[in-house]
Amino acid sequence: MPEKKIRVLIAKPGLDGHDRGAKVIARALRDDGMEVIYTGLRQTPQMIAEAALQEDVDVVGLSILSGAHNALVPYVLEKLKENGQDNVFVFLGGIIPESDIPGLLAKGVTKVYGPGTDTRVVCQDIRAALADRA
Amino acid sequence: MTEFSVDAIRKGGKLALSRVLSRVEADDESGRAALDALFAYTGKAHKIGVTGPPGSGKSSLVNALAHHLRRSYPESRVAIIAVDPTSPFTGGAILGDRVRMPDLQNDPGVFIRSMATRGALGGLADATLSLSQVFDAAGYDYVLIETVGAGQAEVDIVTLAHTTIVVDMPGMGDDIQAIKAGILEIADILVVNKAELPGADQTYRNLVLMIEMGYRGTGRINGGHHRLTIATEARSIEPEGWLPPVLKTTALTSQGIAELEQAIHQHRAYLQASGTWNAKENSAIRQTIDKLILKELSENWKKTLPAGLYETVMQSVSQRKLSPRAAARALLAYNSE
Repeated sequence: MPEKKIRVLIAKPGLDGHDRGAKVIARALRDDGMEVIYTGLRQTPQMIAEAALQEDVDVVGLSILSGAHNALVPYVLEKLKENGQDNVFVFLGGIIPESDIPGLLAKGVTKVYGPGTDTRVVCQDIRAALADRA
Repeated sequence: MTEFSVDAIRKGGKLALSRVLSRVEADDESGRAALDALFAYTGKAHKIGVTGPPGSGKSSLVNALAHHLRRSYPESRVAIIAVDPTSPFTGGAILGDRVRMPDLQNDPGVFIRSMATRGALGGLADATLSLSQVFDAAGYDYVLIETVGAGQAEVDIVTLAHTTIVVDMPGMGDDIQAIKAGILEIADILVVNKAELPGADQTYRNLVLMIEMGYRGTGRINGGHHRLTIATEARSIEPEGWLPPVLKTTALTSQGIAELEQAIHQHRAYLQASGTWNAKENSAIRQTIDKLILKELSENWKKTLPAGLYETVMQSVSQRKLSPRAAARALLAYNSE
């Protein structure tokens, strides 16, 4: 009867302390009817994957502004896979140089967003990705 | 959807457990089947409810308590169900209790599950009891259930938990607030958190006074002892009674958490010695059975109504031609003919 709720983990890996973007996205997804689990700052990839596992999320949204995305994101993907959660979609937002994006997508990131992204687009992309999987 | 396996869950498989929790929360066919199969393994976990007003520090207290339990009893495993409200407008939710639980994120013996109320009132979600049963069956020794920030009437937790902790903090109101009916009444243990703040002693005294008023004349208050020891002394006076202790904590520095843990275990010993442990469990189960019967009856009955009849009657009600009670009677009568 009730439609399946989309569950999203919003996480900030690594050492950057700027979480405005993560909070804006969390709020936008909430307003789109999703259940958003927010983990707070300074998470290790293990902590993020463990939280994704315990919360049985459909999507992990990573926010990185520190420049460490090439190190952190593949690590998160690997940990998710180790836990048996290779069906989870990983979205990435932050300051990501254009030239790094193809590599991240090839490793398994579903979409990468930069500053100024319309949050409605993110909501649509998440719903589209999940609809494709179903 | 993956087939759930009782075996995998009982052996500690986190992925299997996590997925079953989702099915049970969704209350779909596979979730119901899982719950039926797992029920035989339930009845062991100590379910501890933590409730109190928003911002009183429930999540931080749960963090400190779970951390303390894991350090004191490394063999035991702790599950946490953290409930946050669903937006009544969008159906979405921000589940942020994990932010306050940093000490538990790398502990393999702790499993935290965030839950949205999905429209339920009363401080819990409809499926919170079911989720606690899944954790129980999975072998978790303690299930800590954190309610949404509660006001005065969100008291559902009391039917679900063996031990209910009500968290208060300084500056939440005067002694009149303390004697109102509702949330303070359901406490097995009262906690004044943020005890380092000014006004903590005042809050503490108000709560002790409230407890004292409630039990005066029962012969269980002995002189002027208003500390944790009241509970112990009261038991020696009247073995079947439990007098809620009032404790002061500062969750962020773990001040008072060891005392809280002691009080929880004293309460458990009391419940077991007095037979209340099983009585509590059984009354929760009885409520579940009644609820399920009502739900099935009304679902089945609605199916027998001719299409559109409900809406037609509803229209008469919205035009104020029928009262809701008359409408319900009319619908029920239609079917019984």
